Amino acid sequence: MKPRVALFVTCLVDLFRPTVGFAAIRLLEQAGCAVEVPRAQTCCGQPAYNSGDRATTRDLARAILDAFGGYDYVVVPSGSCGGMLRAHLPHLFDDDPNLRARADALAARTYELVSFLTRVMGVETVEATYEGTVTYHDSCSGLRELGIKDEPRRLLGSVRGLTLAEMAEPELCCGFGGTFAVKYPEISVRMVADKARDAAAAGADTLLAGDLGCLLNMAGRLSREGSPLKLRHVAEVLAGMTGECPPIGQPARR
Amino acid sequence: MSAMAEPASFRARVAAAVADPRLAEAIARTTGTARRKRAAAVASWADFASARALGRDIKDHVIAHLGHYLALFERNARASGAEVHWARTAQEACDITVRICRAAGARRVTRAKSMLGEEIGLPHALREAGIERIETDLAEHIIQLAGERPSHIVWPALHKTREQVAELFRARHHDAARGADVAALVASARRELRAGFFAAEVGISGANFLIADSGAVCTVTNEGNAELTTTPPRVHIVTAGIEKLVPSTAHAMTLLRLLVRSATGAEVTQYTTFHCGPKRAGDPDGPEAFHIVLVDNGRTRMLAEGLREMLRCLRCGACLNHCVVFRTIGGHAYGGTYPGPMGAVLTPALDGLAANRDLPQACTLNGQCQEVCPVAIPLPKLLRGWRDRSWREGLEPATLRRSLALWRFCVLRPRLYRLAAGGAVRLVRMFARNGWIRRMPFAGGWTRDRDFPAPPARTFLEQYHRSSSARGERR
Ligand code: SF4
Repeated sequence: MKPRVALFVTCLVDLFRPTVGFAAIRLLEQAGCAVEVPRAQTCCGQPAYNSGDRATTRDLARAILDAFGGYDYVVVPSGSCGGMLRAHLPHLFDDDPNLRARADALAARTYELVSFLTRVMGVETVEATYEGTVTYHDSCSGLRELGIKDEPRRLLGSVRGLTLAEMAEPELCCGFGGTFAVKYPEISVRMVADKARDAAAAGADTLLAGDLGCLLNMAGRLSREGSPLKLRHVAEVLAGMTGECPPIGQPARR
Repeated sequence: MSAMAEPASFRARVAAAVADPRLAEAIARTTGTARRKRAAAVASWADFASARALGRDIKDHVIAHLGHYLALFERNARASGAEVHWARTAQEACDITVRICRAAGARRVTRAKSMLGEEIGLPHALREAGIERIETDLAEHIIQLAGERPSHIVWPALHKTREQVAELFRARHHDAARGADVAALVASARRELRAGFFAAEVGISGANFLIADSGAVCTVTNEGNAELTTTPPRVHIVTAGIEKLVPSTAHAMTLLRLLVRSATGAEVTQYTTFHCGPKRAGDPDGPEAFHIVLVDNGRTRMLAEGLREMLRCLRCGACLNHCVVFRTIGGHAYGGTYPGPMGAVLTPALDGLAANRDLPQACTLNGQCQEVCPVAIPLPKLLRGWRDRSWREGLEPATLRRSLALWRFCVLRPRLYRLAAGGAVRLVRMFARNGWIRRMPFAGGWTRDRDFPAPPARTFLEQYHRSSSARGERR
């Protein structure tokens, strides 16, 4: 029996980079999963959670428990939304044993995409080709809440034609931070400008990450600086879908 | 607190900080070295993880039994000949300290760097009392000369480059160094300060550890100035926060190893001194009177307000050095005594949330602070706690509340959400040119210095469900 996997698309992928969702589906199916996309999904709740609006976060979390309760696994192509479901959601129900138990069960079955492929499905290599030198940005929540560090690099190592070049500080926050990026643009822009400099110095032609929030932030800054660096979600490269969709912000070639 | 006027709002202080290239240079130099050295010290410490867990447990144990250890410390300190005073507030602590100085007939005091002294406003209180204050720590001396506030808890003058310090010394020292190399600057400060060391009637220091089973006070420095502050004067006053308690010297050593490696990456501090009571018969030196002022100033309230873990803090500064926001805006922008992640947690507790609501918000919650903290303080969690409270108390701006209410309405209704999302991407696309949005109404925070990639015409859910219903699937 194939494991039944629910894809938690995340609102950013839904709105701004659908390709990542299709890449995730392809990778999961290649790994032997039966993928479903529950209709009743919206957002993981971080905008409310990180603004201190606990009541809304809880209401949304209950809806997530209902929509994603019946699957073997829930997979999220984002470290920060994955971290929200795995590390934070249960604590929203510290005062309600029933909901807490359901949230714990959901958290235990929820994975970020790349770590799910490697840790649960035992994927060691992917069938993909990418001609270029890439550098990988460790998104903060994936790195520190979910411990994702080697997995994307290991899988990237199996992509034909791909060379990995590390930045000096790949673990340094890019300055996105959700609403932080628009609440404190003076600080956020300085941070992302430093990140852009580090990425450019790595000698790569492509900058990858596992979180669309960071990618939108970095892509937006690099575009404003006129940088030729291409940005993509790591899933697009691993799924071999780079031929089907241009890098973030570049118009489709027809 | 400061002699120099600082902008009143967080945003204005941030704007001033990011516009100052010398500040960026100064921060990068010092924190860069600190990060490198700490990384090396931790890498060569095979048992760092278990030492860290032990450090956390020691602090948690003491905080859980604070009353017991305070009583024990007081008894043993009194037995060693020290006088112990209790201060509930910053004001009480300053009053007690000034009273002791007056009773000793002091016109001049020397002071060894202590963040608690800054926290309670002691420099200001001494000035009000007409008592001359000589700062013996090099960086504090720089701060005093410049009439500024510390910008870092370990290196108070972190915001100044060596070149700026040389300039300051040339203007203010009687016999100033000509060069800007560190040795010349230290010599210049030494010539300026030495005489004062021996003319002071009272020396004031802080404490790194209060040792309950002996009543001793432990200070650590790298310049030896604490010893010169506390030994020659007739009276030594220690002001210390009650969270500095440890059960025994062995516990202090465990924490000291964590503190020093996290702060500077060194193995030990140059000077680690245990002060135990006043000079006894037969002692060659030491103060005639030894006072310890134990300060609460909001600490027991923090216990009750969900900030218990914050009382573990060793004031090592690692969270500052690694925080990318601190590295960008520097210490003064935080506005309080304590900057960086630990300051963003402490300042709302000490100075009120309403006036400091920006501090817990101006953070990406990236978690690096918690990762490097030697006593594993969950700083992001504590910052979130302040955000929750700020929301509950209605301190967040109305525009944010309104947009989140609208967002809430949509995300709790998946069908409406899908419609709204589809509409939103098509609306946003109207502002795009060549794949990028360079300007858009209500998005100035993003687009002033960043572009935004144009979204495709259909959301993922629209595309996916359209193709799956075309395949005849039903979900
Ligand atoms: S919070 Fe932790 S890292 Fe920061 S100063 Fe305190 S002990 Fe050091």
